[in-house]
Amino acid sequence: MQNDRISILFQGMRDTLPLILAAIPFGILFGAAAISQGLSAWTTMAMSLFVYAGASQFIAVTLLASSTALPVILMTVFIVNLRHMLYSAALMPHVSKLKQWIRVPLAFWLTDETFAVVSHRDIVKPGAPGWTSYYLGSALAMYGNWVLCTWIGMTIGQQIPDMTNWGLDIALIVAFVAIVVPALQQRADWACAVTAAVTAVLCYDWPNQTGLLFSALLAIAVGLMLDPKTAAKQAPHHE
Amino acid sequence: MSNSLFIVGMVALTFIPRYIPFLLAGKIALPQWAKRALHYVPIAVLTAIVSQASLIQQGAVQFDIANHHLLAASVSFLVALTTRHMFLTISIGLVVFALARWLL
Repeated sequence: MQNDRISILFQGMRDTLPLILAAIPFGILFGAAAISQGLSAWTTMAMSLFVYAGASQFIAVTLLASSTALPVILMTVFIVNLRHMLYSAALMPHVSKLKQWIRVPLAFWLTDETFAVVSHRDIVKPGAPGWTSYYLGSALAMYGNWVLCTWIGMTIGQQIPDMTNWGLDIALIVAFVAIVVPALQQRADWACAVTAAVTAVLCYDWPNQTGLLFSALLAIAVGLMLDPKTAAKQAPHHE
Repeated sequence: MSNSLFIVGMVALTFIPRYIPFLLAGKIALPQWAKRALHYVPIAVLTAIVSQASLIQQGAVQFDIANHHLLAASVSFLVALTTRHMFLTISIGLVVFALARWLL
């Protein structure tokens, strides 16, 4: 039993590897950027250790450097991170069986990457045992990598080349493609994906990733409208 | 506001939205339409992320062959559609990207 859990934990880590690769340049850049913008070493590490929200951390550092008012920064951080509420909601059926105390670290470690990997497992192996171990494996690997890369960026970031233009983010793109495509099974799934893809490009320049949030919400609404189960229930009303 | 207070504020504002649904899971019964909506969350959000990450380069839409991210994403999309194999999809996507960078 214990061995099973550990092997599932490692599975979660292994399945997250491409996404870890994609995150490395950004972790290093964050550490280096925070220091060069005048943040103390403590504040920089505290952000990665206790806030642990990549995009929000970058925005906070950028806004701090432009001496934006702190309440405005906090509001922006909140808006950027709202997308994660969708992830958390989507995982509710799994979490409902868990004890309350474990839900706290699971929520803290919820990222785009871990959500993607965990959802994929759900699609290809629905009801597979060891959900929590798998989640923790993915989350701990992402978290450890993020903290380590922040520290590397902070200490030797000025001496190493900027890796963000190496294109390692391609690993995240192709991994997400590999994760989403098997989920496209019905017409409603496809309509949802096409809506998300088109809308996200149309509103890419909206501030604070609100374009992402808006296109996701719109795509979910489109999926829901075409959903065979909700449509079946509504059909008698229309006829 | 001190640095520590600022960090505490950031922790609260990023953690609370992630945690509220987890806290409520099992305590509230979601209506049927909401349960169905959750099915579309991964498709919607991950596709939106992929779309922006591959089509937007240097802050503008780049819809041509010189966009290596888009090329690799398109090829991996086709591989995923035909094989549904995760490792193959990722590997071929990465190889196409590397080749495009060095050759094109």
